[in-house]
Amino acid sequence: MSSSSLAEISQRRAAKPHSGMFLRMLLRAAILGRGHAASAVLAMVVAAAVATSLLNLSVDIESKLHKEFRSYGANVVVVAREDAKLPEGSLDEVESALGSHGVAVPFAYAVAQTSSGQLVVVSGTDFDKVRELDSWWRVSVWPHGPGEVLVGEKAAAVVSPSGGPFDLSFQGRTRQFVPTGLLRTGGAEDSRIYLSLADLEAWTGVVPSSIEIAVSGSPAEVDRMVGTLVKALPDAEVRPVRQILEGEARVLGKTRATLIAAAALVIVTSALCVLSTLIGWVFDHRRDFAIMKALGASEWLITGFFAAESAALGVIGAMIGFGIGIGVAAWIGRVNFHAPVIPRFSVLPWVLGGSIAVALLAAGLPMSLLRRVQPAVILRGEE
Amino acid sequence: MFLRLVFESFRREKRRKALAGAAIVLGVAVATAMIAVATDIGDKINRELRGYGANLLVTPQQDTLDVEIGGVNLKPSGDGSYLNEADLPKIRGTFWHNNIVGFAPMLPVQVNVDVGRASRRTLVGTYFLKKLTLGKEDFLTGVRITHPWWHVAGAWPDDNSEDVLVGEHLARKAGLKPGEAIEIAGQPHRVAGILSASGPEDDQIVAPLGLAQQILGRKGAVRRLYVSALTKPEDALARRDPHILAENPELFERWYCSPYVQSIAYQLEEAIPHSHAEPIRQVAQNEGVILARIEGLMLWITAAALVASALAVSAAMATAIFERRREVGLMKALGARNALIAALFFAEATLLALLGGCLGFLGGAWLARQIGRSIFDAAITVDPVLLPVILFIAVIVTFAGSAVAIRHAVKFDPVYALRGEG
Repeated sequence: MSSSSLAEISQRRAAKPHSGMFLRMLLRAAILGRGHAASAVLAMVVAAAVATSLLNLSVDIESKLHKEFRSYGANVVVVAREDAKLPEGSLDEVESALGSHGVAVPFAYAVAQTSSGQLVVVSGTDFDKVRELDSWWRVSVWPHGPGEVLVGEKAAAVVSPSGGPFDLSFQGRTRQFVPTGLLRTGGAEDSRIYLSLADLEAWTGVVPSSIEIAVSGSPAEVDRMVGTLVKALPDAEVRPVRQILEGEARVLGKTRATLIAAAALVIVTSALCVLSTLIGWVFDHRRDFAIMKALGASEWLITGFFAAESAALGVIGAMIGFGIGIGVAAWIGRVNFHAPVIPRFSVLPWVLGGSIAVALLAAGLPMSLLRRVQPAVILRGEE
Repeated sequence: MFLRLVFESFRREKRRKALAGAAIVLGVAVATAMIAVATDIGDKINRELRGYGANLLVTPQQDTLDVEIGGVNLKPSGDGSYLNEADLPKIRGTFWHNNIVGFAPMLPVQVNVDVGRASRRTLVGTYFLKKLTLGKEDFLTGVRITHPWWHVAGAWPDDNSEDVLVGEHLARKAGLKPGEAIEIAGQPHRVAGILSASGPEDDQIVAPLGLAQQILGRKGAVRRLYVSALTKPEDALARRDPHILAENPELFERWYCSPYVQSIAYQLEEAIPHSHAEPIRQVAQNEGVILARIEGLMLWITAAALVASALAVSAAMATAIFERRREVGLMKALGARNALIAALFFAEATLLALLGGCLGFLGGAWLARQIGRSIFDAAITVDPVLLPVILFIAVIVTFAGSAVAIRHAVKFDPVYALRGEG
C-alpha cells in the first residue's frame, strides 16, 4: 500500500458520516469497559448523592426549622387600642385571614378579688388553642367542663393552697371555682388564673382584649400576614413580636449559612473525587485513542467520543445518585426532624448539570494532553 | 535501598505525588474544618439563641402576687418584698458564671407622668449596660445584652444618669422626641431615646435602676432579675428534683456541675439570699429542641463530608498507583517480592498521608476560622489534640484507598506490564 492511498483512505473515512459508528462504539465501550467504567460511575453516584441530599436539605431546612421555631409561641399580637375595646368579630377576622397558616388564641383579662381581699388576674381563653400555641405551658391537668380553671403556681399559693374549691368575686358577683390543673411557665402566667372564655364572659362580661397569633412560615410570609391583618382590623393594633421574630431570623440565618458553607465544601470535595477518577479512566483509554487516531479518525471525533462517553457516565451516575440522595435526605429528615424531607426535583437539573460539567472537564483535561502525543508512541507503550 | 526507592519516587514523580498529595490535603482540610464546625456549632447556636432573651427569672422568695395586665400594674406599688441590688454581682461567683451571658434587674414603679395631661404610668428601673465588679473582675451587663430586640432611636441613657427611655407608643402620644424633657413624679428628666420593644415597654418609661429606687424611696431594691444563661438541653437527669437528688451525693454533683437551666436556677438561689429562681419555660424549653435539631443536622453533614473526603483521597491514591503498573512489572521482573512492592507503596502512602495530613490540618484550621468569622463573628478554633486523630484517619484512609490498587498491581503479570498491554 502506497502512502498516497493510505492518505486517501483516511481522508475518505474522515469525510464519511460517523453517526452510526459513533453510537456503536459508545455502546460497545459501555459493555466491554464495564470494570473500568464501574469505578468512575461509583464515584459519580456518591458525589451526586451527597450533593443531592445536601441541596435538598438546605432548601427544606428552613421550613423544617420554622416549624420548630413556632413552639416559641405567638409572633404576632393583636391588641385593642388604648381606652378602646377590641372590635367584635376580630377573632373571626383574624381566623379567616390566617386560614391554616397558624393558630390564633383570644385572651380576656379581668382583676378579681379572693375571699381574703387579695387581687388576682383572671384570664379567659380557649384551652384547646392555648395548648397548641403555648406548648411550653406545663399543666398538670387541662380543664374541660364549665367552672373548671387552670391556676398558676403562684396564684395557687394564694387562692387555694390546699387545692380545694375557692371563691372569687368581681364587682360583687361571687363565683366558686374548682382548680383542675396547676400551671407552671416561669412567666407572668404563674400568677394568673385561667378559665374558659365563656365562663369569664358569663361572670364578668369582659370580652377578649388581645389575640395572640402564631403565624407559620418565613419572615416574608409573616410580614405579609401582618399587612393583611392591619387591613382587616383597622380599629385594632397589630404588633409583630420582635423578640420571637428577631431571635428566629438570627438563628435561622446562621444555621443556613453554616449549612451552605458545609455543603459547598462537601460538593467541591466530591467533584474533585469524580474528576480524579475520571481523569484516570480517560488516561487508561489512551490506547483506544491512539488506535482510533491511527485508523484516521479526526481529533474532533475522538474528543467527541471521549466526551460523550464521559458525559454518559456522568448522567448515569447523577441519576442513580439523585435517587439515593433523595432517599438519604428523607431519611435524615425522619431521624433528625421527625418529618420527611420532601423530594425537590428542582435540585435535579443542578446535580445533572454539575455532573455533566465535571465529566466533560474530566474528559477534556487528559485529551488536551493526549492530542499532542503521536499515536505510535502510545501504541508502542512508551507513554 | 528501600529508603532510596521511596526517596527517589518522591523526587522524580513530582506530578503524580503532587496530585495525590493535593487530594489528601483537600480531603483532610475539609474533614478537619467540618469536625471543628460540628463540635462548635452547639455553642455558637446556643449563643445565638440568647437573642430570645433571658431564660431565668429570679424573684424574691416571699413574692406577692403580680396583678399585671399587658404591662400595666394594677396594684399599689411599694408593698411586697425585694431583692437586694448589692447581691447581684455574686452571680458572677457561681459555679457556672462563665455561662451567664448577662442579667438585668427590673424595678417597676408607678409614677405620675406629665404627657400633655397627667397620667399614671409604669416606670421600669434597670441596668442598660452597667459595669459591675466582683473581686478583681469587671463585667458589663444589662438589658442591652439580655433584651437584644430592644431598639432605641436616639441614645441609650447612661446608667449613672437620670436620663430615661420613653416607649414609642407613649412618646407618640406625648409628642416626645429624643433630647426633650419629660416630667416624671414632679421632676424634669431628659429623654435620651425612644424605645421600640414591641412589648408592654412601648407604653412605659425605662430608666436607670437608681432613679426608680429613688422614686420608690427604697435604696437597693430590685423586684425581678432576668438572667440570660447558656444552658445544656434538658435530659432525664435535669428534671430530677434537687432536694431528692441530694440524698445521692454523686448524682447530685453531676446534676450540679452540668449547666442545666434547673441547676443554674438552683445556684442563683444559693448566690442571692431570699430569692426564688425559675426557668422561663417559653425560652428555656424550646432552645433545647432547636439546638438538638441543628446539632443533629451538622452531625449528618459532617458524616457526609468525611465520606466524600475519604473517597476523594482513596480515588486519588488508586489512580496514582494504577498508573505505575509498569514500574511494578519491572520490579517484579528484577526479582522483587510482592511483599516488598506492597511495603514500598504503603511506605510512600504513609509518607504522603502524613505530609498531606499536616498541611490539610493547617488548611482545615484556617477554613474553620474563616467559617466562624464570617458566619458567627467568632473564630472557631481547632483543638491541636485533634491533629494525631486526623493524621491517623488520613493514614488509614490512604491505606484503604491504596490497598485495592496495590493488590491489583502486584497480581499483575510482569510480562503484560512490560509489553505495555496493561
